[in-house]
Amino acid sequence: MSPRPLRLRKISNPPPVSGFKPYGSKKNRSRAESIFLHYEEYEAIRLCDYEMLNHNQASVIMDVSRPTLTRIYARARQKIAQALVQGSQIIIEGGKIYFDSEWFSCKSCGCYFNNPEKEAKIEKCPLCHSTDIINFDENPENEEEISAHCHDVCVCTNCGHEQSHHYGKPCSEEICPKCGIRMVKKGTPHSKLTN
Amino acid sequence: MKVAITSTGNSQESKLDQRFGRCGFFTIYDTETGGVEFVPNPNKDVQEGAGPASVQLVASRNVSKIISGEFGIKIKSLLDSLKIQMIVLKEPEKTIGEIIKMLNN
Repeated sequence: MSPRPLRLRKISNPPPVSGFKPYGSKKNRSRAESIFLHYEEYEAIRLCDYEMLNHNQASVIMDVSRPTLTRIYARARQKIAQALVQGSQIIIEGGKIYFDSEWFSCKSCGCYFNNPEKEAKIEKCPLCHSTDIINFDENPENEEEISAHCHDVCVCTNCGHEQSHHYGKPCSEEICPKCGIRMVKKGTPHSKLTN
Repeated sequence: MKVAITSTGNSQESKLDQRFGRCGFFTIYDTETGGVEFVPNPNKDVQEGAGPASVQLVASRNVSKIISGEFGIKIKSLLDSLKIQMIVLKEPEKTIGEIIKMLNN
């Protein structure tokens, strides 16, 4: 029976260099004696030791299970230790990985685009240069931004009093300040019963 | 900076091709000189591997952005490592001339 295929590991930031060379050694070490550090192992080291995340958080970012991340991390440390002790060079390559970048969407022209330069901040749409862009991957947690785009109105069925809708709060939980009864969303069949 | 736009024909009136690997033509637009070049896609009728072959063709022209309707799963990681920006525009009715005008705004 063949083993299960490896899950693809997600790499958010490729390493800036392709490897590390020892110096001060008398022997000229060839590529054959080098240690091959996989991209996923580099990424595990970066997340756990540089970004100071715990294994659980790092595993979510790399899109693998927590035990898998711990195994990748252990292998990475073992390889780095081996390279330090034996004085061999480290080459970062290989591994079962895919690169992923952040995706954005533009509200003005409706296009989607990614950010290949991880360090550079994206501020405007590359197509229409509109600044009205949102990060597509992030969950809409910024409620203020959403409420700015929410133009719903709550209306009282009794007196017709209107007030702007609060994002995340059902209209039926709003109480009309004049009549003291529950309000409904304007434009729905229920609200048209008013007059 | 050069931008590649997938096109169905070889004129500015032709529409944006919704496929990347098997599009009819690549429009290479230079934002600095304003030069527009139409490159016929040799991988149009290839059975397999049209995407990576097209990436190679486009990357050899040093483009930094690609505008298309869709990108395949093989291409996304490839373009990411080549640091080429992908712009997905799901508007098949847009012409190449209109897109170039948008870029110049």
